Amino acid sequence: MIALLRRDLALAFRAGGGFGLGLAFFLIVTVLVPFGVGPNSVTLGVIAPGILWLGALLACLLSLDRVFALDWEDGSLDLLATAPLPLEGVAVSKALAHWITTGLPLVAISPLLGLFLSLPVEAMSWLILSLFVGTPALSWLGTFGAALTVGLKRGGLLMSLLVLPLYIPTLIFGAEVVKRGADGLATATPLAFLAGITLGTVALLPFATAAALRVNLR
Amino acid sequence: MSLWEYANPRRFMATSSWLLPPLVVMSALLIVTGLVWGFFFTPDDFRQGSTVKIIYLHVPAALMAINAWLMMLVCSLIWIIRRHHVSALAARAAAPIGMVMTLIALFTGAIWGKPMWGTYWEWDPRLTSFLILFLFYIGYMALWEAIENPDAAADLTSVLCLVGSVFALLSRYAVLFWNQGLHQGATFSMDKEQNISNVFWYPAVISMAGFVCLFVTLVLYRTRMEIRRRRLHALDARSMAA
Repeated sequence: MIALLRRDLALAFRAGGGFGLGLAFFLIVTVLVPFGVGPNSVTLGVIAPGILWLGALLACLLSLDRVFALDWEDGSLDLLATAPLPLEGVAVSKALAHWITTGLPLVAISPLLGLFLSLPVEAMSWLILSLFVGTPALSWLGTFGAALTVGLKRGGLLMSLLVLPLYIPTLIFGAEVVKRGADGLATATPLAFLAGITLGTVALLPFATAAALRVNLR
Repeated sequence: MSLWEYANPRRFMATSSWLLPPLVVMSALLIVTGLVWGFFFTPDDFRQGSTVKIIYLHVPAALMAINAWLMMLVCSLIWIIRRHHVSALAARAAAPIGMVMTLIALFTGAIWGKPMWGTYWEWDPRLTSFLILFLFYIGYMALWEAIENPDAAADLTSVLCLVGSVFALLSRYAVLFWNQGLHQGATFSMDKEQNISNVFWYPAVISMAGFVCLFVTLVLYRTRMEIRRRRLHALDARSMAA
């Protein structure tokens, strides 16, 4: 499992792996928002939590089709399926690799982008915390969507259609944490829900992902 | 004699073919009675006027929109556990019907919402969760369409239905947390004291029963269609091989 994780990370970080693309996408989305709604810092501050969470969500989505597609094409997925490691383990390490290459960097640069969108300083720590707690759920759900559509020729659009509705609860609670943090309200409740969703998906979704992979490898 | 006999497509076809005509008549009768009674023979509400009458369409459609998904969930489970093809096909057959019911509920709600709340659309928890349900229906149907191998499609959509059910439910309560709304709480319930006058209650119940019958009828029709489509494919394959 760890070997697989290291392999995926190496593939992502080295040339052509597309590491940083999601990050650049996140940056561009945030930079484009003020052009759309105007540079008024009050307005920007109000919508900043939602925009940042949406940007993170879309950046995650963008890199999902790479999770299984390349391994599917060159046959490594069949090898992984016949390896002693259960497919659930493959699903977990794939999701973890996806999170380390997209989710974690997003968490790291989010304060900078929050600054661009004049997010109040009090909310900054909540933004980092909520993204840190919430993005694993995005990666795990996305891996599930990628496993469902891995056998399809042009599965990208379909995958977004399947995955985005599943992102709704995470988005709601994640943005709520930041919003409440900005207003100086108690954030414990949405944060607990967010953590609950993440832990639940991390624990249970690999089974569904592995089931979908098994069907597609049949 | 057990329910599982209908897992045999031949038995299913035979039984559904004599079950369908009475079902068609019954759903037509119930819906016409319920709607005509509701539209023309109930008094206007003292505050809402005649706009309240859209309830005889709105509530049954919303009821079936949720129950169609529940039925798909049960069918998916049966398919995963016992691998009966009829069950998977019934789940596939129910999806578009459920989607249309969701749309009816949303549209009639919008038409009703304009005079009552002064807006067609509001990001109210109930409205929002119906919109989310609609998205789930679209995704489910799109996945069925996208996969060529019928068994793989049945498997993958079943898994999606299970995961989707959990997240649809989660969204329902997440949305409740996110925004307080305009929509009233549940008025009809089985266990509480009735809080709606009998004058409105009878036509509403008849109309709901009619929608249930309509749903069953449509699902049977569409499942028969799917079975026939499957048979045609098999015939095609056989003639190709010959």
